[in-house]
Amino acid sequence: MIKIMFDVVVIGGGVVGGLILRKLAEYDLSVCMLERASDVAMGQSRANSGIVHAGFDAAEGSLKAKFNVLGNKMMKGVANALGVEYKNNGSLVVAFSEKEMETLKELKKRGEINGVEGLTIIDKKELQEKEPNISDDALGALYAPTGGIVCPYKLTISAIGNAMDNGAKLKTEFEVSAVEKIEGGYALTSLDGQTVQGKVVINAAGIGTEKIANLFGDYSFKVSGRKGEYILLDKESRGFVKHTLFFTPTEKGKGILVSPTVDENILLGPTAQLVTDGNVETSAEGLLDVQEKAKKMCKGVPFYNTITSFAGTRAYSDRHDFIIEKSAVADNLINCAGIESPGLTASPAIAEYVVDVLVNELITLRKKENFNPNRIPDNFFEKMSVAEKNAVIKENKAYGRIICRCEQITEGEIVRAVTVNPRATTIDAVKRRTRAGMGRCQGGFCQPQVAEIIARELNIPLEKVTKSGKNSELLIGRTK
Amino acid sequence: MKNYDVIVIGGGPAGLAAAVKAYDYGAEVLIIEREDILGGILNQCIHNGFGLTRFKESLSGPEYAARFVDEVKKRNIDVFIKTTVLSVGNDKSVTAINETDGVFTLKAKAIILAMGCRERSKGALNVAGTRPAGLYSAGTAQKYVNVKGYLPGKNVVILGSGDIGLIMARRMTLEGAKVHAVCEIMPYSSGLKRNIVQCLNDFDIPLYLSHTITKIEGDGRVTGVVISQVDENKRPIKGTEKHFDCDTVLFSVGLIPENELTKTAGVEIYPNTKGAYVYQNRETSVEGIFSCGNVLHVHDLVDFVSEEAEIAGVAAAEYALSGGKAHDAVSCVCGDNVSYVLPQKIDKNIDGNVKIFFRVKNVFKNCAVKVQSGDEILVYKKKRIALPGEMETVTLPADKIKTLNGGVTVSLEV
Repeated sequence: MIKIMFDVVVIGGGVVGGLILRKLAEYDLSVCMLERASDVAMGQSRANSGIVHAGFDAAEGSLKAKFNVLGNKMMKGVANALGVEYKNNGSLVVAFSEKEMETLKELKKRGEINGVEGLTIIDKKELQEKEPNISDDALGALYAPTGGIVCPYKLTISAIGNAMDNGAKLKTEFEVSAVEKIEGGYALTSLDGQTVQGKVVINAAGIGTEKIANLFGDYSFKVSGRKGEYILLDKESRGFVKHTLFFTPTEKGKGILVSPTVDENILLGPTAQLVTDGNVETSAEGLLDVQEKAKKMCKGVPFYNTITSFAGTRAYSDRHDFIIEKSAVADNLINCAGIESPGLTASPAIAEYVVDVLVNELITLRKKENFNPNRIPDNFFEKMSVAEKNAVIKENKAYGRIICRCEQITEGEIVRAVTVNPRATTIDAVKRRTRAGMGRCQGGFCQPQVAEIIARELNIPLEKVTKSGKNSELLIGRTK
Repeated sequence: MKNYDVIVIGGGPAGLAAAVKAYDYGAEVLIIEREDILGGILNQCIHNGFGLTRFKESLSGPEYAARFVDEVKKRNIDVFIKTTVLSVGNDKSVTAINETDGVFTLKAKAIILAMGCRERSKGALNVAGTRPAGLYSAGTAQKYVNVKGYLPGKNVVILGSGDIGLIMARRMTLEGAKVHAVCEIMPYSSGLKRNIVQCLNDFDIPLYLSHTITKIEGDGRVTGVVISQVDENKRPIKGTEKHFDCDTVLFSVGLIPENELTKTAGVEIYPNTKGAYVYQNRETSVEGIFSCGNVLHVHDLVDFVSEEAEIAGVAAAEYALSGGKAHDAVSCVCGDNVSYVLPQKIDKNIDGNVKIFFRVKNVFKNCAVKVQSGDEILVYKKKRIALPGEMETVTLPADKIKTLNGGVTVSLEV
């Protein structure tokens, strides 16, 4: 059997890999993404704060700073093209002491050196006007009007879907476990024995980048995990804060934030705890820590509106900066490692650099004539007028059937999620694309119906439907 | 499509009973129901025990619902099934969506909110650990087992000894699963006494009072839980941890009235019930909008849901056909040891006794229910026992209402 040799293989279906894949799809190249989980956006890109950072936080002259500021400028355009919500809600770094007020001045200076626009220090009165629920102990803040929020997994899913619409291929449940140098490139073998070949390989595997690099004989960096726990509040609490609120950073790190999400929930977190294995368990201490810190930032935090808590693990490198470079050891391997915060913000800029500069040095890039940068938003239906909705329902009555009551998601949207690139095949994959199950009842009403739709569309028995891939089946069988 | 005298939102036991009474009063009635069939949550409650008070029979949920569905079918009551209401206006307009009509808006002279309640999710509890498959709210598991015919798992731990948790403990056991434990964070169960006996004791399922689940383990599917005893502040006590291997965890941790539509209509919500503020005829703070059933306050017995819905049905039809009357209301509030009262407003312009519903904050023995206005004690009723898990009533006689010149307080004297 003749195996095709892809021009470029991207290992890792997170936001960095996703935007790289999309950039590659602009060119006349055969490209394939390999993702170890059952869906894309299941690593860091799934569980993070969704902040588009202004760029005052990263060290001057670092890759973090450079790509943060560039990415911040690009984010609105990328999000628009991909049909993903982006809100330029502004950031506030809050000071609780005179010493912290001094630190704000340093942050402002650093931000200006990094190229951030519009930074202003505001006093207590103006802070309270901007955020009425801010703690009475807050003395002032650094206001960064270029800060924003975006949904990290929707951005990832949409980027990969758009890349696939333009010809890119995706293989999920493909965990690269062996690499062999062959004529013309590499043969990458998965845990279950499948092989994919590629001339150039881009290692964007998040917490797994070190292991992947090692498979190529590259031991030039170490990646460790730092877990962050979050609490999410119901949409009923929308407006509790309007900007993304940060604590003044200390040597220990950025601290937690209190922020709205693009979907109008309120997000509290993340903590920071070293972990060895990329585990994403929450802990009683961690969740308590989030609550205590949130109470310090704001008064009257509506914890009674908690709908879920979760954790994500940041991948940080021993260089304390992004690693975005060709491997010095393995030809045609490009490492994108240690992409922790501000990785999401930086991702469009990283993608541009990786492809237009690094890949460009390895393969001739010819722009496609018919590249379509646009993707229909997964939530197109909710944005429509009544007349437009009724036209859609006339064509396809499944859009007239509400499945998820809390978020008002229709059967049509769920079927579409199982159909369009990148196809959802699990409950969580449908949830990430449509929001079905993300409301206040957390799938209590709709999960059985979503499961039935998945089973029907994929033509599998109900007991084979999983929450998130192998070994997460919902049911064990029929009743007596 | 036409406009109606009364639109009932929800075709469960509350909506059905209200629609029948509104129709019999003379109103043109529409029921809007989001499921494929009428009956509401009763359709999945295949155990019996429903109707003991109302029909003096022990019916299953579907049988009880069928009694009312039959009554609806005998009458010229319009029913839209598979139709979800998206919003309710302050002006009594109802916007809904279904496959045949798309998104549409109707107007009514009166609206009855009967949307029922939903379960509190595990997510609201901040339980530490992983988020694997195999975690269900008890009602979702009940749907899979009783309606879809699928078993969620074989080795079960249940958090919450409310009725749904107890019923599912028995149900899972009958389907061949092993229920290892039912944990209850309070020092007492909030379920009906008969359910503790018939669902736990009869099946030797251990009940751990003052315990909660503190950790969930398992990656793809749940593999185990850790439970701990809690102190009087519901904080886990170190050293009391117990581990259970399991592949399924059911959460029966509270019911929350589903008042999202109520809020779109601008109706005021009473925080103690999370349902609407109402007068004794179940009219809310918005003229012509009425509320009944679990969306108003979570009931223990469906018989009382039907009784309450009938009050709302008559009142809504009367409002639709004769217009509203001015209110002359006094407040009804909680006194000692009472967590909520209903109604919260007693209208002196409405004739008749008022049956006040309330719940107590704790388990009390040898107590007395006291209804007073100012210094005057209007009703005093001795009780052997009062429990938070069993809704109480006390009747305020009509003649006492007419002479009220201040608010009323309901308290439990211990």
